[in-house]
Amino acid sequence: MILQKGERAPEFELNATPDQKLKLSDFRGRRVILAFYPADWSPVCSDQMALYNESLRLFHKANAVVMGISVDSKWCHMAFAQDRKIHFPLLADFEPKGKVSKAYGAYNEEEGESYRALFVIDEQGVIHWSYLSPDGINPGADGILDALEEMK
Amino acid sequence: MSKLRIPVNEKDHRAGNASAKVILVEYGDYQCPHCGIAHPLLKRLLKNFGKDMLFVFRNFPLQEAHPAATIAATSAEAADLQDKFWEMHDLIFEHQDDLYELDETGMAPFAEKIKLDMKKFAKDVTSDAVIARVENDFEGGVRSGVNGTPDFFINGNRLNSYDATYDSLADAVISLV
Repeated sequence: MILQKGERAPEFELNATPDQKLKLSDFRGRRVILAFYPADWSPVCSDQMALYNESLRLFHKANAVVMGISVDSKWCHMAFAQDRKIHFPLLADFEPKGKVSKAYGAYNEEEGESYRALFVIDEQGVIHWSYLSPDGINPGADGILDALEEMK
Repeated sequence: MSKLRIPVNEKDHRAGNASAKVILVEYGDYQCPHCGIAHPLLKRLLKNFGKDMLFVFRNFPLQEAHPAATIAATSAEAADLQDKFWEMHDLIFEHQDDLYELDETGMAPFAEKIKLDMKKFAKDVTSDAVIARVENDFEGGVRSGVNGTPDFFINGNRLNSYDATYDSLADAVISLV
């Protein structure tokens, strides 16, 4: 089961680009949206990331940053982000594989990929909302925006 | 499961019968090929069921995926300010291939073709009000759970049965008439 509301969001440090690592605690004081997803390039994930790309303005208005996480490598993320013009970090949960996804309860052992799971984390690093979407379904951004609105 | 959060109102672009029982809302992107496929289906639907339904189009431009999506949307909104929204809407969807990487000067031939006042069009197409209109449509769509285009709502409920065929739209309308 994925981590639920009220639980502390596990700390992580992952590559966002080949030469930059990001820690969850870097964002203390801001809200963080973590979007775990199965894989770069697959059709549904791509639509989902494209939607978040276009929704950045709405997330920023709510003092939130968004980050995607999958087990793809930093190089794969770089190519994917360039190709799709993605303007938010994609984190590589690559080595040890899936470690962060497992900590959030969002790792699919059978496929060796992250589940499609969303977390909204508050300014103090506590999970305010989480949602596990069926793998083949783009969960949209309405749940995220509703959660951010509730926090006001 | 998703519901339309912003009820249809007088600011919407509407076609068909304003007092009909069936209201079909499309969230669409002018440069999205799937919306291009849906366009003639919707024209046919309105031709056959125009008395029984109201059709509403709202903007949902995925700008990073489709570089001309936003300028096409603001062009249609600018045309609306000269009461020619649907002319522009149809013209763009019928000439989607001409949209590739256009900026606002690239939209001028579309505006000329439907005989817009070009001075007013040039001013309106990048105006704050027109841009805000498109952004508000987008935000309302996101809040309603729109996750790609085209996305349809029929009488407020997400239409999950649409499969890029005319019948999937017609069946949904017929079931509510």
